[in-house]
Amino acid sequence: MSEPAQLPLAGRVARLYGEPFIEIPRDLYIPPDALEVILEAFEGPLDLLLYLIRRENLDILDIPMAPLTRQYLEYVEAMRATNLELAAEYLVMAAMLIEIKSRLLLPRPPAAEPLEDDPRAELVRRLLEYERIKKAAQQLDQLPQLGRDVLAVSVWVERTVAERLPDVNPQDLAEAWRGLLHRARLSAHHRVSREELSVREHMSGVLRRLQERRVLEFGELFDPARGVAVLVVTLLAVLELARETLIEITQSENFAPIYVKLAHAESH
Amino acid sequence: MPNPTEAKRILEAALLASPEPVSLADLRRLFDDQVGGDTLKNLLDELREDWSGRAVELVSLASGWRFQTRPEFQPFAEKLQPEKPPRYSRAVMETLAIIAYRQPVTRGDIEDTRGVVVSTQIIQTLENRGWIDVVGHRDTPGRPALYATTRTFLDDLGLRSLQELPPLEEIAKTLQLEPAPAPVAPEAANEPAAG
Repeated sequence: MSEPAQLPLAGRVARLYGEPFIEIPRDLYIPPDALEVILEAFEGPLDLLLYLIRRENLDILDIPMAPLTRQYLEYVEAMRATNLELAAEYLVMAAMLIEIKSRLLLPRPPAAEPLEDDPRAELVRRLLEYERIKKAAQQLDQLPQLGRDVLAVSVWVERTVAERLPDVNPQDLAEAWRGLLHRARLSAHHRVSREELSVREHMSGVLRRLQERRVLEFGELFDPARGVAVLVVTLLAVLELARETLIEITQSENFAPIYVKLAHAESH
Repeated sequence: MPNPTEAKRILEAALLASPEPVSLADLRRLFDDQVGGDTLKNLLDELREDWSGRAVELVSLASGWRFQTRPEFQPFAEKLQPEKPPRYSRAVMETLAIIAYRQPVTRGDIEDTRGVVVSTQIIQTLENRGWIDVVGHRDTPGRPALYATTRTFLDDLGLRSLQELPPLEEIAKTLQLEPAPAPVAPEAANEPAAG
């Protein structure tokens, strides 16, 4: 018989039961607002049952259903009394406890006994599984958690790398410079057109010299010392003057000297 | 291929620049896949050694390697934070534990274990954190979603695989209940008095 093991509990139950319905048990005698906090701390009926079992140091594999059920109901009653919103699961569990208790009361046919399941088996299985998970949850919570206990390291470099700026190399710079030069050359072309003015200027110069000398040998119009550009412009000026019939260019025979004179000189 | 010292520097730069774990495959790409897996792991182990004793450590996680601060310096880091990161409630942690240890599970399974209804909010909290996701549906009426933990969950808790989870404590060595006529008898005798 396991009578001795049951004795302390039985004694306690008897004492508790010795003063029935007078007031809530001593360990429930808590200021009302504190009670709410405690009751809300339970994660459900299994949590509450585990608390009761562990507090009373009950053998979870051999739960004394009567005291457990009574204490459980007292808690549930306290919850209702404090207007705590009572989850339906608490009432379902209450019904289950009462059912198990009453099934334990039924006499069992001796022959069937070894085969018959203990009515508490399913409850014990669930309590053990819940307790296991509850402990596991606490252990999980103790693992260092990213953002709470550890921070991922990211150096500033990461952000500047993330913003992709275009790559520039010397080749690109050279291209850009070449483009600039090209455009400069285009505008330089307009300056060439202004050079036409200088052709006009040389046209005037040629005419001015012909005013003085009437007739000049072709070669005398040119001054090689002033450079090729001036030679070219002077030639253009002579050709333009001839085209506009302001001068006459004559040559008596092949390879003879070429003479230039004012077109209207003879009309004078 | 760079010499080992250079290779470690390259790894260090790549890992320091990434707040996310960098996979071994990505790290190998740093060297145009010219460095073998074993060599790479040795280099990473050496790099981790190099950083020992610093406030930052190199850790190996489910999806790769990451530099992170050591937990003992978190209280100081928090002094510079306007608000502390909230802790998850017991309900959230228990739900997470059930999914982690018993996956894949349905919401019904979670409710059976916890003995209370699992609110949508709890599931959402874990989904938003990226720690759980739906991996399928059980072929029962209603086709309830089956939840499992993600790689992010392992990464964020500093684990490489589910095998590294803290072992479930054996609360009782056996679930087998004795028919135990002896304990039942006196209790049955007590019952009428108690009830």
